[in-house]
Amino acid sequence: MTETFNSQRPTIVFRTKRLIPASFIDAMIISVVAVVISLALFGLFVMFSGVEPVGMYGVMLRGAFGTPYAWRNTLIHAAPLLLTALCVALPARVGMIIIGGEGCVLIGGLLAALTAHLLPHAPPIVVQIGMIVVGMCGGGIWIAAAGALRQFRGVNETISSLLMNYIALALLNHCVEGPMHDPTSLDHPSSWPIGVANMMGNIPGTEIHVGLLFGIIMCVLCWVLMDHTNVGMAMRVVGGNVRAARVAGISVAKYSLLACFLGGAAAALTGVVEVAAVHGHANDSLAAGYGYAGILVAFVARQNPLAVIPVAILLGGVNGSGDLLQMKLKLSSASVQVFQGILFLVILGLDTWAGRLNEIRQTWFARLLGRVVYRNRKSSLVPGAVHAGANA
Amino acid sequence: MPAPTPDVATQLGYWGVPLAIVAGAIRNSTPFIFVSLGETLTERSGRINLGQEGTLVMGAMAGFGVSYLVADHWSWAGGVAPWLGVLAAGLAGAALGVLHAWLCSQPRVNDVAVGIGIMLFGTGLAFYLGKPLIQPAAPQLPAINLGWWSHSESVRAALRINWLFFIGVALAPLMAWWLRNTRWGLIVRTVGESTDAARSMGYSVNRVRLFATAAGAFMAGIGGSFLSLYWPGSWNEGLNSGQGLMAVALVIFARWSPVNCLFAALLFGGAKALGPALQSVGVSRGHYLFDAAPYAMTLLIMIATCSASRSLAGAPAELGQATA
Repeated sequence: MTETFNSQRPTIVFRTKRLIPASFIDAMIISVVAVVISLALFGLFVMFSGVEPVGMYGVMLRGAFGTPYAWRNTLIHAAPLLLTALCVALPARVGMIIIGGEGCVLIGGLLAALTAHLLPHAPPIVVQIGMIVVGMCGGGIWIAAAGALRQFRGVNETISSLLMNYIALALLNHCVEGPMHDPTSLDHPSSWPIGVANMMGNIPGTEIHVGLLFGIIMCVLCWVLMDHTNVGMAMRVVGGNVRAARVAGISVAKYSLLACFLGGAAAALTGVVEVAAVHGHANDSLAAGYGYAGILVAFVARQNPLAVIPVAILLGGVNGSGDLLQMKLKLSSASVQVFQGILFLVILGLDTWAGRLNEIRQTWFARLLGRVVYRNRKSSLVPGAVHAGANA
Repeated sequence: MPAPTPDVATQLGYWGVPLAIVAGAIRNSTPFIFVSLGETLTERSGRINLGQEGTLVMGAMAGFGVSYLVADHWSWAGGVAPWLGVLAAGLAGAALGVLHAWLCSQPRVNDVAVGIGIMLFGTGLAFYLGKPLIQPAAPQLPAINLGWWSHSESVRAALRINWLFFIGVALAPLMAWWLRNTRWGLIVRTVGESTDAARSMGYSVNRVRLFATAAGAFMAGIGGSFLSLYWPGSWNEGLNSGQGLMAVALVIFARWSPVNCLFAALLFGGAKALGPALQSVGVSRGHYLFDAAPYAMTLLIMIATCSASRSLAGAPAELGQATA
């Protein structure tokens, strides 16, 4: 009798934890398909402008990954995107769409210049650590403020964080032309220089600044935090179902604000690096659109911090090849923006596949084999494939 | 091109500041009126379109381009060219609206994220197609001189008001009436309040939202054409400064009522004019901070009027709900 009883109970399968989860592989499949579709659409687009698409792909590939110089260029373009993408990806895990990365970059850069000015006689290593800590905290608080407005006042975080970008830009312009103005910067108003001794420089043995290293470290750390710790687990529960999180005794506000803070800190690090390793002072060239490109990277990486790394390098390559496209094919510099826009829309359109890849595969195979599949578009239920899908 | 605001203020001394703000409110509010009315229509059908910023830029580019090309090819058509531009701007906007609605009608696609996508795509496409339009000048939209009675040149300049403003002002009560009293208005509101009710009545939720998003984006496109065809009256890549997005915030402030949108748009337009008005009388210290006034004001208004614990009065019930 016990035998029968057991067989009727639903079987619960405990799976050992994989290092690379299946959801990650699914995310990569969707991302790769999206990139391929977008490249095809972009090819059609340039064809209407009278440019031969196959040659264009060649130029893009050469400009992005063809030569050691191209690789260096690509990685330099990718470095800021690694960090600004985290500013979208981390809050997305708790269910918030934050697009305030651009403002964070500016705040981080501004605070870095200020910190260097306030520590005039400290040894470089102290100044550098000070710039990183102050900049990251400032950026973290900046985005956490948008998160707090959402948590405690119900203000739409997407709109508020975007408005804060404009406020940050005004603040930066005000500071570099007013209280922090360096009188020697005549043609391009800038803040006081941080000093040559305090510059962070390149990764040893390369011509790529340390931002790339920081970016990769931050992405890996955030991935470990999100996928392999209790804190990350709690954040995912908050993002998945707020009510369930409350029932489980998880403080929704605490974890939401923490995710926002970490995201903001990552984006602000971009600004710190731009000031401390590239420009040497803060000015409006910080507002180069890294924050906006980071949104795209995060969505293409499907908000997975580890997937951000390859996607940022790919997008860095596309951005890096823009100059060559302009030079060789006379395509305007905005063509890269068009590609980014296409890619963004395609990846969002493919969102409809997320988590259903297995189901969709089953349906397609069944159709190929000539079986009848009952498909209800509205409920996205596929009776013909549910059983097979559940076991996989 | 109309006379720039600074002249107004320098001639009238400090009295010029309120005049410049009123004139600026009327001038700056026109894009806000059109975008916010369009967004109201879209949101009343239960969907949020954050892509209005991209739609606005696309409308500005298309409007300017068509006005320029028509006048360039058929010189006798110079008078209608800007109005054809306005139409083209609306159609370009509607095309982006259709794209938004189609993507959002797929299961599990988030409308806020698609809005960000449309924002990037519309801006990029407009910059790409608009590259050859940066140099030339296009015929501009005509204005009405309401200041004919004044001897002061500055007052006359301030009261030179564009036709589109009046169209926008007329559109607001018209849309309120349409939403409240017509069959089509009722269908849009039903879809926005309860998709289940709409389905049980036999209306296709996605089709109604497609219409509402396309019509809303049509209006936003027209709002964009005002930027390139009247004020500031040229096409360049720094034309937009978040007006499309602020208009979305403005709809929340206006509680999804078209008539309130009108007043909110005037308020925002005035805030935008504050910086230039003060600068014109010599208050130039911290002018960047005054430039940030409209954004800060939007944020403060949202903080003051939103609430975490209850849904807002007037908010369509289906807004922000996960799509089936």
